[in-house]
Amino acid sequence: MSLPAVWRTRKQRYSLVGEVCSKCGAKIFPPRDLCPECSKPAQTPYSFSGRGVVYSFAVVYQASEEFEEYVPYTVAMVKLEEGPMVTAQLTDVDPEEVRIGMPVEMVTRKLYEEGERGVIHYGYKFRPCVG
Amino acid sequence: MRKREVAIIGVGQTKVGEHWDKSIRQLAAEAILSAIKDAKIERVDILYVGNALSGELALQEHLGAAIADFAGLRTVEAYKVEAAGASGAAALRLGYLAVAGGLADFVLVCGVEKVTDAPTERVNSALSLGIDGEYERELGLSFIALNALIMRRYMHEYGYELKDFAGFSVNSHKNAAHNPYAMFRNPITEKAFVEARMVVEPINLLDSSPVADGAAAVVLCPVDMAKDFQAKPVRIASSAAATDTLALHDRKDPLFLEAAYLSARRAYEVAGIKPEDVDLFELYDSFAIMAALSLEAAGFAERGQGVKLAMEGQISLDGRIPVSTMGGLKARGNPLGATGVYQVVEAVLQLRHEAGQNQVKDAHWALVQSIGGVGGTVVTHVLEGPD
Repeated sequence: MSLPAVWRTRKQRYSLVGEVCSKCGAKIFPPRDLCPECSKPAQTPYSFSGRGVVYSFAVVYQASEEFEEYVPYTVAMVKLEEGPMVTAQLTDVDPEEVRIGMPVEMVTRKLYEEGERGVIHYGYKFRPCVG
Repeated sequence: MRKREVAIIGVGQTKVGEHWDKSIRQLAAEAILSAIKDAKIERVDILYVGNALSGELALQEHLGAAIADFAGLRTVEAYKVEAAGASGAAALRLGYLAVAGGLADFVLVCGVEKVTDAPTERVNSALSLGIDGEYERELGLSFIALNALIMRRYMHEYGYELKDFAGFSVNSHKNAAHNPYAMFRNPITEKAFVEARMVVEPINLLDSSPVADGAAAVVLCPVDMAKDFQAKPVRIASSAAATDTLALHDRKDPLFLEAAYLSARRAYEVAGIKPEDVDLFELYDSFAIMAALSLEAAGFAERGQGVKLAMEGQISLDGRIPVSTMGGLKARGNPLGATGVYQVVEAVLQLRHEAGQNQVKDAHWALVQSIGGVGGTVVTHVLEGPD
């Protein structure tokens, strides 16, 4: 993602900030400005708790260029407790221990680097709930 | 104003593979000239070029003009049409609309992709330009990874193992053996499928369709004029398309291809047929899981049962619903933006009864469907044979 896009979406990727629809109350992540439930404008910021459950997962052995140095790594679809689903990497867990239905929580981690001297991209990953 | 019936009166295709000696323009011209010769037309009113990644991989945009110029169609209006994997089919849809709407008589649709000028890593990364850049790709997801997520959940919900999916690739390779344009004509076994190296688990190397160079083209004209040019014109009985959320995580049901369902339903309705009337289905087998979900969305199997059609051999040339009759994406190959047009060319050959050893008996109705991304755009056509 380009640097301006990284900057634009920082609140989403560092803090899981989405939107809540003031008309129907639906929680929206990622933010999209029009409520997917009732189609009304929805631009009120909402901070998600970061807690969710694994809906599906997959182990990446071959990745896009910027992620190649990190393989193998695990990706998952996580259903957040407020409703929306997000896609992210899992971290602090062995692939063999991942289960569909596992409770997880959001952490902010390094995603990749643009070369040795380039920008470091950070974003959300999910780890098994501690405690 | 009534819409006109549209016929396909000419087809052309190149081999799918690594064409080091041909540029994107040369590939397109080869298919175009072949289709024009088959149709015996002397004039082209509009050229639609289906292509997914020419800017990124062939370093050439403005493809409509580039190809019109190179293929002897200077001054003809021409456009590149892009919808990720559904680009070729989308180009056909726009060509269909132009003829059906009475605004053009002879329309040329060419799908073309040139990937081998770019290094493999760039090709693999570029495939992920069709997924959500901000909320899928940036977080470490690729096009294959999203398909793997769908497959894993599907296996979990319906109780399938990896070997249950082998039938799709085995069938595709078997059919490609008799298709001289196919990229991979070697047979594969279920054993080889199960033991293949993982790419993004549970998707392995023998489950992933190969991306390569290729070009295919068709010529359209009104049905009323068709017999002047082609003894066996194939009618486009219907053409429909739909989108779904770009990101997989935004889907109402990630295991349901809603855009495939909607476009197929509309296509059946306009053509006046039902799934049981379909003689062959050129579905979008980018991966076995997509083939299974396509069969379900198009009404050939209940939810979660699409895989059983492959397990029971129902997808073979003499099965209940033959798929990938010339090798599909898996074995004929997947030249991205060109693939949708290859599917149509192959269906036309079947309906003309010119499919040789791969001929589906008494083929009269063909369903052809292309998927962009993981279902973000789906374009469906129903074709009717001349007899």
